[in-house]
Amino acid sequence: MKTTMQNKVIVIPCSGIGKALGSVSREATYEVVESLRKGVTETTCLALITSGDEETLQLVKTNKCITVDGCPLQCAEKNVKLAGGELAASFRVVDTLKENRNLKPKSVTFLDHDGQELASLLAKQVAEKVDELLKK
Amino acid sequence: MVDLPEKKVGIISCSGEACVEGTISRVATRLVLEKLRPEETVTICLPLFLAGGKEERAFAKYYPTITVDGCDKLCAKTATERYSGKPASSIVITDLTRNPGCSRSGRRKLDSGALGWAEKAAERIAKEVDGVLDHWR
Repeated sequence: MKTTMQNKVIVIPCSGIGKALGSVSREATYEVVESLRKGVTETTCLALITSGDEETLQLVKTNKCITVDGCPLQCAEKNVKLAGGELAASFRVVDTLKENRNLKPKSVTFLDHDGQELASLLAKQVAEKVDELLKK
Repeated sequence: MVDLPEKKVGIISCSGEACVEGTISRVATRLVLEKLRPEETVTICLPLFLAGGKEERAFAKYYPTITVDGCDKLCAKTATERYSGKPASSIVITDLTRNPGCSRSGRRKLDSGALGWAEKAAERIAKEVDGVLDHWR
């Protein structure tokens, strides 16, 4: 895993495994780093931050970070802050869900249509924020 | 997510967003929760340990846990030991797949081969659950 990259935005999803919103946060993150803003963004394991992995801590301290949390507990944001990471922006799936009340994601392991749609909408918001951060 | 009064085993998966083995660990965990041992298991979001999830910490302190890690960094095992207690069992996906290192392909959506490994890992976790519950009872 590269940990010395510079000028990339690190997008970090919550690792929510118990609810669909955690899966949406991960899918939105992959949509950004593998498709929408491939090359200028990267992701890392939130658990590596939680467990204090030195290389990963260095990564989040030397690059701008965007957190994408599933629920209001905001584990990703809290852990990046606790690690001393450069938190530039944070998103919550629940906020995007409030803006799109017609979507009702249910499946956790493999996202259903509504989960995919919600992730796609959130990914676009995150991608716009990436552009903002890279211009600064 | 956490049901304290009943006898249950907590399955704690690494988040592993950066590599395919992390996704295998999450999917394997979900297969155990949803299909193989739905009545006997619960899961805990790993970073809640650090974010101050009191219920999660308490569960892992007083109930048996099985950690499932994607790679040899052992984040789930390390964090569980640090914030709650020694897990009853620990599984590492790369030990099962014999494919060390983090591959970035398939981390978003497992291909059929990786899904097969997730199913095998889920069966292994289910056996560990049975062993832990037998010992507990």
